[in-house]
Formats: sequence, structure tokens, C-alpha cells
Amino acid sequence: MMNASSILFYLISAFILTTGILAVTSRKIFRSAIWLLFSLIGIAALYFWLQLEFIAAVQIIVYVGGIVVLIIFSIFLTQKSGDEMPKPTKARIFFSVLSVTFGFALTALLIYQNNFAISNANTFDASVKNIGMQMLSTQEHGFILPFEVVSVLLLAAMIGCIVIAMKSKSGQQ
Amino acid sequence: MNQITITHILFVSTALFFIGMYGLFTRRNMITMLMSVELILNSVNINFVAFNKYLYPQNLDGIFFTIFIITIAAAEAAVAISIIINLYRSHQSIDVDDASEMKY
Repeated sequence: MMNASSILFYLISAFILTTGILAVTSRKIFRSAIWLLFSLIGIAALYFWLQLEFIAAVQIIVYVGGIVVLIIFSIFLTQKSGDEMPKPTKARIFFSVLSVTFGFALTALLIYQNNFAISNANTFDASVKNIGMQMLSTQEHGFILPFEVVSVLLLAAMIGCIVIAMKSKSGQQ
Repeated sequence: MNQITITHILFVSTALFFIGMYGLFTRRNMITMLMSVELILNSVNINFVAFNKYLYPQNLDGIFFTIFIITIAAAEAAVAISIIINLYRSHQSIDVDDASEMKY
């Protein structure tokens, strides 16, 4: 008999993988983006299942609320969203499936044969307080330096996006 | 089968990684390729979290790696989409085969 937790895990995994496959195979680009949205929500559900509420919240806010909306906007700006995308050639599908299957088989074999040293220490504390204290700590295992570097990166990305996507005045180019 | 272990979670993330890989191989449209990259990044995040929770529960390093990957993925998606929009303006297409020249 499987308990409720494992059944939930299998349901979430099936949801993630099904919507992921649909996202990469759907021929209508807008539907593809919506399937990606569902797949990302499924991953957030997986984080909830792992009892990492903060990561799940970040996943929903940044991916579902940010990146997918950005992708949908760019689809509206660059595509006629009702059109179907051209089908990839048979040879390309064949070799892609072949390489992906072999890659998956190899990795799955490695995972299956590896004996993971499961730690039994029951000290995992991913509460928001603990995460926040450690992120801004200057002690050992503190992440203040990456935090500051990432803030500079975000500023650089923001300015870079504006400069790249800015409409140049006619004749200036 | 009864108890979910780290192996099950790693199988799911591996499958997700190769689904994203398949999308990257077959799609020729830049936005859909970007979507495949997002799937790959998410599978990596699942790996980090699972390793952190099951193998090294005394630290939170995997959680922080996941948070930073999500942040950088957001920056990467924004820059990629601005490049795509700029490319669409100059080439009227976002197919990778139409964007073979490096000079405008």
C-alpha cells in the first residue's frame, strides 16, 4: 500500500512531466507558454511537498508571475499567436529523441546505481527566519557577498535590457 | 516504491532536464527555446533542493543556490527577451536560422 504522501508525489511528478512534454511539443506558441506555466506551478507544488514553503512562494512569484508573463508579452509583440509553428523535420525529431533517450538512460542508470548517503540528522530548518538570517550573515555559511553581487547583476541586467530594447531614432543607426 | 527517496526526485528532475533538452534540439523559434532553457534551470533547482534536504540537512546551501539561480534566471530571461525583440525589429523574424549573421 502506498501512503498519501507518495501518491501525492507521483501525481505531482506526472503533472510536471506531462505539461513539460506538452510545452516542448505543442505547435501553437501561446499554448506552449501556457503549458510551461502549468509545469512551473507543478514544480512549486513539488517544493510544497518537500515542505519548502519559501522556495515554493519564490518560484510562483518569480517564474509564474514574472518570467512566464514576460514570455507571453514577447509572444504578443513578435508572433501571430494563432499560427502554428512549422513542424521540425523527421530526421531532427528522430535524432533528438534518440540522444535524449540515451542521455536519460545513462543518467538514470547512474542515479539508480549510486548509493546516496542519506543523512538522518533531523536538523533541516528552512524557515524564512533562518533563511533570512543566513543570507545576510557575514559569518561562516553566510551569503552576504553573493547577495550583494546579485543585486549589482540585477541592476546591470535592467540597464542592459533598456539599452538593447530601446528604439533608436531613425537615421542614427 | 513505498517510501519516496531522493532517487525518485532525481528521476523526475532528470526527466525534466531531458524534456527541456528535447525542446532545445527540436525548436527553431527563439522564445520556445528560451522556454526549454527555463525547464532545464528548474530541473537543476529541484536537484539542489533535494540534495540539500536529504543529504546535508545541517546546512542551507542548496536553498541559497536555488534562490540565486531563480534570480539569475529572471535576469537572463529579461535580457534574452530584449535581444529577441530587438532582433525581431531588424529581421522581422525570431527564427534562429534567420539570425545567422553577427553584424547588422
